[in-house]
Amino acid sequence: MAIKTQPVTVNLGPQHPSTHGVFRLRVMFDGEEIVDVEPVFGYLHRGSEKLAEERTYTQIVTLTDRMDYVSPMLNNQAYMLAVEKLAGIEPTQRGVWLRMIAAELQRIASHLVATGFLLQDLGALGTPLIYAMRERENILDLFEMLCGARITNSYLRPGGVFMDAPTEFWLALDRELVDIVNTLDELEEYLSGNEIVFSRTKGIAVLAPELLINASITGPMLRASGVDWDLRHRNPYDYYDRIEFKRILHTASDNYARYWVRVQEARESVNIIRQCVAQIEPGPVRPSFDDVPRLIRPPKGDAYVAIEGSKGELGFYLVSDGGIAPYRMHVRAPSLINLTLLRDMLIGGLFGDLFVSFGSVDLNMGEVDR
Amino acid sequence: MTTPWSGAALAEAIEAFAPGSTEKSHGGDVWLKPEAAFMVCEGLKSRPEFKFDLLSSVTAVDYIDHFEVVYHLTSLPKNASAVLKIRVGLGRTDAVVPSVVPIWRGADYQEREVWDLMGVRFKGHPNHKRIMLWEGFPGHPLRKDYVTYDQSIVASLAPDDGAYAAGSETAVEPGTAGSQPAPGAEA
Repeated sequence: MAIKTQPVTVNLGPQHPSTHGVFRLRVMFDGEEIVDVEPVFGYLHRGSEKLAEERTYTQIVTLTDRMDYVSPMLNNQAYMLAVEKLAGIEPTQRGVWLRMIAAELQRIASHLVATGFLLQDLGALGTPLIYAMRERENILDLFEMLCGARITNSYLRPGGVFMDAPTEFWLALDRELVDIVNTLDELEEYLSGNEIVFSRTKGIAVLAPELLINASITGPMLRASGVDWDLRHRNPYDYYDRIEFKRILHTASDNYARYWVRVQEARESVNIIRQCVAQIEPGPVRPSFDDVPRLIRPPKGDAYVAIEGSKGELGFYLVSDGGIAPYRMHVRAPSLINLTLLRDMLIGGLFGDLFVSFGSVDLNMGEVDR
Repeated sequence: MTTPWSGAALAEAIEAFAPGSTEKSHGGDVWLKPEAAFMVCEGLKSRPEFKFDLLSSVTAVDYIDHFEVVYHLTSLPKNASAVLKIRVGLGRTDAVVPSVVPIWRGADYQEREVWDLMGVRFKGHPNHKRIMLWEGFPGHPLRKDYVTYDQSIVASLAPDDGAYAAGSETAVEPGTAGSQPAPGAEA
């Protein structure tokens, strides 16, 4: 005789170590199988878009740091590109190279966090996460040399960055690039061929490429399904058109593919930074205050700029009415939009895979809720 | 490089398969009539000359006498982009636009966010609920007539003893440390 079962609804979060922040999942289980999932957002909603309406264009940089707090440099970059497009500001060469170096370092740090936490979710408690965080810590030390802050950087200004890198930065960067590759080798040696990692991630939460595109999912998740779409290559901003880099693609579109794409992309970022260092030349790091005043008044109009963030297409939409603060600011947050297919990923799966699939999306609650 | 469609060219191309569906075009933007928007979006996604398969962003702006819903579209096969706008809620009436979730699933959370924070309704959305704030939250914060720091809302969220409510001795006097700077004040 078959045993009768009854579905049970469980609230996972908002305080749960595996939810990567304050996020709640209302999940209905039938035994170990997931029957229904409903994500509940908003625990970290601070109204950043509204706050931006009463701050000057330069002050808003600090708000962008606090959106995706695992990749503030990339947020700074996307926001500044939007301001520059809106106000017609020409950035300085050295400023652009410096922010590209900062952005790529940030991408490595963000991918390391994503990888470390994914393995934490797999049950590898501690060790891989500490390996990844140790290397991220060194990258944050580099940021401290650049701008004095580790996480809330606010390093970028319209047209460049606010101060030049100190001389000792370049030496430390050289050393760090070697260390990053060593750490990635170390991580991969233990994990990329690991039998347990294979059995827990391969073939789980597979998503078709057409479905991913239709759900506006971008970034490593899309590239893990074999779609060659990287804004650095397809719509180069800053000086990415002067850089040669491999686009990392995988075709399996499962949890393992998403992990693998991130690790390889971090390696490719090292390659990009080396090219930036080779091409950077002395010069001003931002336009003079005669060219770009501290208080910018962009002409009436709107601008949308998207960059390849660590999680996907990170876009800023700014509307100006000619005043000192934006009339409206909207952030196209990849973390929120990449969760669109969460139900498709989880329903029908097992409880044990829930947080692994969730971690493979790589989201940041600061950006989801803003 | 992604090629952005110019507003005039896109309006002409839309008019070719959906006559009378556009209002005007300017720069890189095309304004659609709300009642024709769904059909136009369907065409933009499926027709071979457009192939806009990725909906980058959906948002809305409050222009006081009307709302403007803004769509940023991307075509992966053609590496092209376009901007669509819909003016609704003229004279601050109810703002309603058709939901594009049946065409692009990526609009799901984004439309809910616009409804939650801007108060534009999306007709036909499969799960038309607030996303960031809770059901029953008063008003839509991103509207220009929303009163920020509204003390009645602060009071309604405060614990029963009223320690954080307006008018209590903890309220900060204007001009003292900790008070709000004037909006738009220069640092």
